[in-house]
Amino acid sequence: MIPELGQFSLVLAAVMSVLLGVLPLWGTLRPNPTLQALARPLALLQFVLVALSFACLAYAFLNNDFSVKYVANHSNSLLPKPYQFAAVWGGHEGSLLLWMLMLTGWAAAVALFSQTLPLVMVARVLGVMGLITVGFMLFILFTSNPFDRLFPVPADGRDLNPLLQDPGLVIHPPMLYMGYVGMSVAFAFAIAALLSGRLDAAWARWSRPWTVIAWAFLTLGIGLGSWWAYYELGWGGWWFWDPVENASLMPWLVGTALIHSLMVTEKRGSFKAWTVLLAIAAFSLSLLGTFLVRSGVLTSVHAFATDPTRGVFILIFLAIVVGASLTLFAWRAPQVTLGGSMGVVSRESFMLLNSVLLVVATGAVLLGTLYPLVIDALNLGKLSVGPPYFNLVFAPLMVPLLFILVPGTIARWREAHVSEMFQELRWVGAASLLLAIGLPFVWGPWSIGTALGVFLGMWVALGSLHNMVNRLRKPGRIGGSFWGQHLAHFGLAVVVLGITGVKSYEVERDVRMGLGQTVTIEPYTFRLVDMVDVNGPNYKATQAHVEVVKNDKVIHVLYPEKRRYFSTAMPMTEAAIRSNFFGDLYVSLGDPIAGDTPSWSMRVYHKPFVPWLWVGVLLMVTGGMVAALDRRYRRRDISAQLKTVGEAMSNPV
Amino acid sequence: MKRWLIILALCSSAVWAGEAPPRAEDPQVEARLVVLAEELRCLVCQNESLASSNAELAEDLRREVRKLIRQGMTDAEIKTYLVERYGDFVLYRPAVKPLTWPLWFGPFAILILAVWGLWRYLRHRKALVHQRMSDADNAQAESLLKE
Amino acid sequence: MKKFLIPLALFFGLVAFLAVGLKRDPREIPSPLVGKPAPAFSLPTLTGDQPFSPADYKGQVWLFNVWATWCVACREEHPLLVEFSKTQSVPIIGLSYKEVQAADQTNGPLSDDAKLSLARERSLRFLQRQGDPYKLSVMDLDGSVGIDYGVYGVPETYVIDREGIIRYKQVGPVTPEILETKLLPLIRQLEKS
Repeated sequence: MIPELGQFSLVLAAVMSVLLGVLPLWGTLRPNPTLQALARPLALLQFVLVALSFACLAYAFLNNDFSVKYVANHSNSLLPKPYQFAAVWGGHEGSLLLWMLMLTGWAAAVALFSQTLPLVMVARVLGVMGLITVGFMLFILFTSNPFDRLFPVPADGRDLNPLLQDPGLVIHPPMLYMGYVGMSVAFAFAIAALLSGRLDAAWARWSRPWTVIAWAFLTLGIGLGSWWAYYELGWGGWWFWDPVENASLMPWLVGTALIHSLMVTEKRGSFKAWTVLLAIAAFSLSLLGTFLVRSGVLTSVHAFATDPTRGVFILIFLAIVVGASLTLFAWRAPQVTLGGSMGVVSRESFMLLNSVLLVVATGAVLLGTLYPLVIDALNLGKLSVGPPYFNLVFAPLMVPLLFILVPGTIARWREAHVSEMFQELRWVGAASLLLAIGLPFVWGPWSIGTALGVFLGMWVALGSLHNMVNRLRKPGRIGGSFWGQHLAHFGLAVVVLGITGVKSYEVERDVRMGLGQTVTIEPYTFRLVDMVDVNGPNYKATQAHVEVVKNDKVIHVLYPEKRRYFSTAMPMTEAAIRSNFFGDLYVSLGDPIAGDTPSWSMRVYHKPFVPWLWVGVLLMVTGGMVAALDRRYRRRDISAQLKTVGEAMSNPV
Repeated sequence: MKRWLIILALCSSAVWAGEAPPRAEDPQVEARLVVLAEELRCLVCQNESLASSNAELAEDLRREVRKLIRQGMTDAEIKTYLVERYGDFVLYRPAVKPLTWPLWFGPFAILILAVWGLWRYLRHRKALVHQRMSDADNAQAESLLKE
Repeated sequence: MKKFLIPLALFFGLVAFLAVGLKRDPREIPSPLVGKPAPAFSLPTLTGDQPFSPADYKGQVWLFNVWATWCVACREEHPLLVEFSKTQSVPIIGLSYKEVQAADQTNGPLSDDAKLSLARERSLRFLQRQGDPYKLSVMDLDGSVGIDYGVYGVPETYVIDREGIIRYKQVGPVTPEILETKLLPLIRQLEKS
């Protein structure tokens, strides 16, 4: 019964999205405020219906309803309750429903928090979001229905993939999807602006907080994914340039460029066409990511069970959405006005350089990800493009970006003077240089790569601190926008330092350990003291007790496990990690080794500065949220300023 | 079993508390293997390197690479050996050859073009804005005068 | 004006490639050995009389089929191969690939002789029950000859010509369609020369 209710609710939601996609936009062709006013209630209604559908699917999981095929494929009666809930998005169909929940959720949010926007603008934005929703609805209902029944009903389900039975699954996909889907808001605003025929500073001001929030979620989602891979996969890696990882990085890079470009458009009315193009690109990359993950064109550890028919559907959808947007862009963009003047060296030009570097980086990642497919499609063979390529190409592109970040934040609008900036930043520069030369010696061998990483990290960190201190000296209220941007930049610096630290100084020892034996990674000694059997809710495990000794004192005990889940033959390793400010101690238990005395293969790591990666990401996310929630976006009096623009907007297309 | 293990552990921590031996037979060969294996692809996995994969073929290939290292082959020779048998697919770092020139040089070529384009745009824009502003100023001045 | 159409043009190029990509299998690896001589080896055979080497079959067109009793996909093609061996004159040489697995050695590693006996015993039993399409089968216990041939999965089949050059590699089970459209025409062409 409940699954049928869920299905029905979804169908109703689809009807709502069709209405939302058609009626308000129709109402903007010849101004019909009644039709336009339908946008908000329809958006809210479609969200409620999708939420209901989602709740029904969750209900099916939590009540072990294995008559639903999707539940039978991804759950099990022994699966702990939190994972039974998270299993809702553990597979393709359910994750699409999560996507729908997010998409309609964002549309509902726009409906609720857009009181200062002219109705005609609201109608266009929500209308565009409605159209996108229609596409996904058709996709779910016709090719990926999570509510399909299974007959005969199995006694128990196939269980959730053990790799996913982890807190990471509960939180990483929702955060990531919030980010991916959130880019649709900036996209919808851009399309709405193109449709209206006027791209103004006002459009940028409206878009910006929505884009920053989406960006913050995307940052969080990517960070969580990285963290999860780090502790779950058992060998301490956190980024592999896998196609699916790249699919999340690309909208993030373009999203970052978009935020900075929006700032210029808002302040100076410049880059309008470029900003619109970035907004279209960011969401297009989200859609492309959806395609890559679910179509089977690329091999990836993250790929859902793939089906070429689904791939065809998504590709057609992608072609229509992006094709139509870019056509609209080609038609309208030439009419856009130029905006204010800017010098060759100016805040604006720094922002343009930021855009250029980020877009080229995105292009490089896209090129590397799709090159094997292109070569294969041209019948020129099969090749692989992996981490060695990406590391070699991506890092050099980030170097200039990090460098220009600091002068970019102090450059004057219109006309900036290099000598002036140099004067202001000379101490920050000198300090960074000294730290870059000196600090690496503290942790180990000096290398130019490490020094460069430390320099750039310190440069950005000290630069941000310098800006914050300077501003505090001046009178006047400081808004969230200011704190947010410098906090986010500071967070980025922390990430850069973390990456530099771990890549330069990580140590791995792959050993055969018997009871009582030790392995040393200065200044820590790891000793295997015991090996016990442990029973979990849906698995059996061997658990090692490893003491960590420093200065002859036991400072910690680690419990790495090797688990055998009942549902699968593959053993799973659960690494044990001890984190502190300076780094992680990471132990991974391997297989028992045949021999006279019992011993086990064990991998022991010292990973300095890894926690800085996660802390840095959190700082970036916080910075984004603080910036987006700046009061100036929420003040009602901006409607007075926007009144004239609103009048212009209500002119027909 | 557990109790027995604990007793053994207590006894043995006095008796054999020694450094655990490395899992590899020959740490130097192993060190080279790890670096090399990170650039090689596990052919039967869903995008994993030869270094991190647990697949059986990956074990076989690692064994093969160890053998080749011991025979004194250089990294390049070992890669060639594998490419002869499995094709370019096995390399995570694509060979630099005409087929992959767009891949390797593309991003930097585009960067240089883009930065050059940006430079030209900024120079050009300055002139353009001044011109348009002066046109607009003139038009505005005229209409003001008419009022 | 025209420059604003560039993003659209690039996008359509991308879509075209993705569309073609949908029809491809990203996990199928073509063999670089096609057109090259079949790598040499000398391995013991199933029945154990004399070791076999590819040079022994110079002057003939033959098929080299990689199989194992634990391989589920091989069962799909096995009846077809048996039929082929009865109706066609082209001999099939089997490569018994890693017949002895880790699961057989849970009580400790087996000696090489023990592995060979176990492999022979199991394979013979299998062939007796399921039919024997092979002129003879060579035993590749550790997979090293497989590596020389670029084997990455089972089953795989190679077509080798009179000069000992590999002319075609089939990855995955041989289906009636593949037999009709790819293997038989090639074999006939090679036999003529």
